[in-house]
Amino acid sequence: MSTSSRPDVVHRRGKDTVKSWPLADRIAYYACWAVGIGLCLVAASLILFMLNKGLQYVSLDLIFSNPAVGSDQSQTGGFLAPLLGTFILTLLGTIIAIPLGVGTAVWIVEYGRPARLARAVESGIEVVAGTPSIVLGIFGLLLFSNGIFAFMSFRALGGAVGGRSFLTAGVMMSFIALPLIFTSTREALQQVPAQVREASYALGKTKWSTIRKVLIPTARPGILTGTALGMGRIAGDTAIVVILLGATMQIEKVGSAPLVSTLRGSGSTLTSYVYNNSPAGEGNAPQKAYAAAFVLLLLVLALNFGIDLLSRRTKKEIV
Amino acid sequence: MNSPTPLPPIKRIDPSRAPKVVDPRHDSLGAADAIAAAVAPGSSERVERMRIDDLSIAYGTKPAVRNVTLPVREGEVLALIGPSGCGKTTLLRSLNRLTELTDTAVATGSITLDGQNIHALEATDLRRRVSMVFQQPNPFPMSIFENVAYAIREQAARRPSKSTLAPLVREALEDAGLWDEVGDNLDHPALRLSGGQQQRLCIARALASKPDVLLMDEPCSALDPKSTEIIEELITRLREKVAIVIVTHNLQQAHRVGDNVAFMYLGELVEYGTVDQVFNAPRAERTQDYVGGVFG
Ligand SMILES: Nc1ncnc2c1ncn2[C@@H]1O[C@H](COP(=O)(O)OP(=O)(O)OP(=O)(O)O)[C@@H](O)[C@H]1O
Ligand SMILES: [Mg+2]
Repeated sequence: MSTSSRPDVVHRRGKDTVKSWPLADRIAYYACWAVGIGLCLVAASLILFMLNKGLQYVSLDLIFSNPAVGSDQSQTGGFLAPLLGTFILTLLGTIIAIPLGVGTAVWIVEYGRPARLARAVESGIEVVAGTPSIVLGIFGLLLFSNGIFAFMSFRALGGAVGGRSFLTAGVMMSFIALPLIFTSTREALQQVPAQVREASYALGKTKWSTIRKVLIPTARPGILTGTALGMGRIAGDTAIVVILLGATMQIEKVGSAPLVSTLRGSGSTLTSYVYNNSPAGEGNAPQKAYAAAFVLLLLVLALNFGIDLLSRRTKKEIV
Repeated sequence: MNSPTPLPPIKRIDPSRAPKVVDPRHDSLGAADAIAAAVAPGSSERVERMRIDDLSIAYGTKPAVRNVTLPVREGEVLALIGPSGCGKTTLLRSLNRLTELTDTAVATGSITLDGQNIHALEATDLRRRVSMVFQQPNPFPMSIFENVAYAIREQAARRPSKSTLAPLVREALEDAGLWDEVGDNLDHPALRLSGGQQQRLCIARALASKPDVLLMDEPCSALDPKSTEIIEELITRLREKVAIVIVTHNLQQAHRVGDNVAFMYLGELVEYGTVDQVFNAPRAERTQDYVGGVFG
């Protein structure tokens, strides 16, 4: 209305250009841009650097051969065992964490009573989320060295329980993923409108069947996102591996039962392998450390990408 | 920078148009007996499916429905009308015990379905026999097929196979007049349908369990005129299969689809009778004020 009475501004189209903003807004605006681009640069250089180093040293031979004992680490063996270790541990931790995380979130959102207990549970999960993984590791070692947990790891000659195994490490790893799965599931459930629950009850469905058939499927994209984040964190954790898995070069089985022997045994993962072979560790084979780090990065990126795709596809199925 | 635009004039409520707040008890004194006779059992030869008897519902200490007595008969559409907040939704939701989901709601009086107190039934069974369509279309975030199939699947029994479900799903969608539009795309997400189609899907879902009574809470208030028309035709058609109770704010709609009309005011039943009687010769003064002039 007012522009038509002022011929000098008639032809200006977008009125809200950055140039018209107050100085402080403009500074903040460009600062945000700079930070965003900066982060992209960091991400890009990280990937490029790892790509460069990784491609230089990585080889199929390295991936598909086991670590070997030798005076010169740079000459002998690959990292098949740590790679498998990463898979086993991530899978184990996730398998334990999903039902716990999803279950707790369902309970909090759909029941949440008594309210005090619900609040206590949420605080408890926050504490777990904030606990450094090395503390979880030490705590786990203390816990699983108890006699009653002997079935989870191994018993040394003197009768002392080792407490170190895929199982014990997996349990503690699940505590890393659990808060992430819990939080994203809770958020997803809270976003389901009350009308949807009501619609289900109005069809004569029980609360349980509403949760199983309507709410969890609806929350699935959220659950998947949390799971992906959790898996990434497990795959990337070193402290628990060093303390609770033993970081042995090979997977060392306990007993002879097919799967159980591996789960009760100790081993290593890519993270501990990288650490041990980096100049900081003892192996002193930085090339292998780079190669393993590269593979680890690829794995985690692929995981995120894959889950993202999956959750987008599930979303497409329902909306 | 901009030249100041003149403020819109402040709207003041014309006193003559302000709503009259009259205690309905005084208002309907003269009509009370006639209405009591109309809602009494045996006042119609049609089969009575549900009977609401002296029902009162309060949220905490705040009454929402007061001493309402109403019959729900087979082959009839009962239209519930009344100003906002008069307890229509509350009354409707008590018929399939959805009010129980609200912790503060307390009910006294009785409701029967085919002579049996609804509290003697399992809530899940009751809700399959007295199903409900809500004001906002609320399909589940699943495929069209799954939306209807979910309503059919029994809780405990083993999962019926898709091939046993398919004809039932089709039948429900046909009943709701949606089959022709979605029959080829049963695996599409229900949320991608238009609002009117979503609401018909909700009707199909509610019909899938072959209910005795269908409750509809302002089913067209979120829809465009065309969809509204389709759903009104549907209601008229469904009347033969199932007793319908519909809440509506739209008096013309009540007139078009209703057989009997119940007018509620401040939680009380002020008027009950056939459409013609309520709209053309209302017994209570309150009803005259409310429906008066609509069909002038
Ligand atoms: N969940 C609830 N908790 C407390 N009070 C409620 C609740 N639901 C409804 N009420 C109150 O009960 C009264 C009747 O509400 P109800 O929703 O039944 O009215 P209505 O006739 O359906 O109104 P509308 O035409 O606006 O939908 C209102 O005063 C309302 O504020
Ligand atoms: Mg209402």
